[in-house]
Amino acid sequence: MIATLANPYRFMAVSRWLAPLCGLAAVVLIAWGLTLGLAVPPDYQQGETVKIMFVHVPAAWTAMFAYTGLGAASFSSLVFRHAVADAAARAAAPLGALFTLAALITGSLWGKPMWGAWWVWGDSRLVSVLVLFLLFVGYMTLRASIEDEAKGARAADILALVGLINLPVIKFSVDWWNTLHQGESIFRTGGPLIAPVYLNPLLLMGAGYSFAFLALWLTRTRAEIRLRRASVLAMRGVA
Amino acid sequence: MSGRYAAFVIAAYAVSAAAFAWMIVDTLVRARRARCRLEKLESARPA
Repeated sequence: MIATLANPYRFMAVSRWLAPLCGLAAVVLIAWGLTLGLAVPPDYQQGETVKIMFVHVPAAWTAMFAYTGLGAASFSSLVFRHAVADAAARAAAPLGALFTLAALITGSLWGKPMWGAWWVWGDSRLVSVLVLFLLFVGYMTLRASIEDEAKGARAADILALVGLINLPVIKFSVDWWNTLHQGESIFRTGGPLIAPVYLNPLLLMGAGYSFAFLALWLTRTRAEIRLRRASVLAMRGVA
Repeated sequence: MSGRYAAFVIAAYAVSAAAFAWMIVDTLVRARRARCRLEKLESARPA
């Protein structure tokens, strides 16, 4: 599958119908998730703020999904020199940064009424997600700051690969250290701890956010491939 | 939406909507710009 998509022509042919399909799936799932999520009863501890979970948690999941995509694309670009992988890595970074920023801000908007603080520097989950945001920003900055595009891409790919270590740190931070952030309550052995009335809209929103990311990622990668093709044509024209 | 924490919930949804709006608009603008640029160069190529 990956080898097939490494060919730019095949990628363009597949993504032409796959991107709108993912977009459609995202619209349906997010609409369904919002319909259920906005109608849930207030939580006995969190009250109405429990509804923030339906935008905060999917944004955090998608940010990690985006970084996994960035890491995989960077690896393919660095090791196999796939042009599509390099375009995909470049396309994933701004989306991942924005999903991470959304997760940080919505988490802060939940933290203030529940913890009494917008931000807690000692909390490992919060700080590791901030590091994820800085990795996305660092990737984009590094690529943009080196004049030689190939060298810039290589340096940014190495940064992206090193940053992969942060993903298990985010996931297990609530188990490894004492944090204010609640422990793992969904993807755990023994099943989710959340009542179905909250879990169902959360999973729908999570799936919807993931499909939205895929639709946007594919569309941006297509644009990146077209721009590269245009650059080649422009250079041939100059020559 | 009402109650003590309504402002926090509304702000969280507004931030999420703004993030999605930016991502969608920026992605579509980029896609359109790239397509137009490539079409222009391809049409200018000698046959």
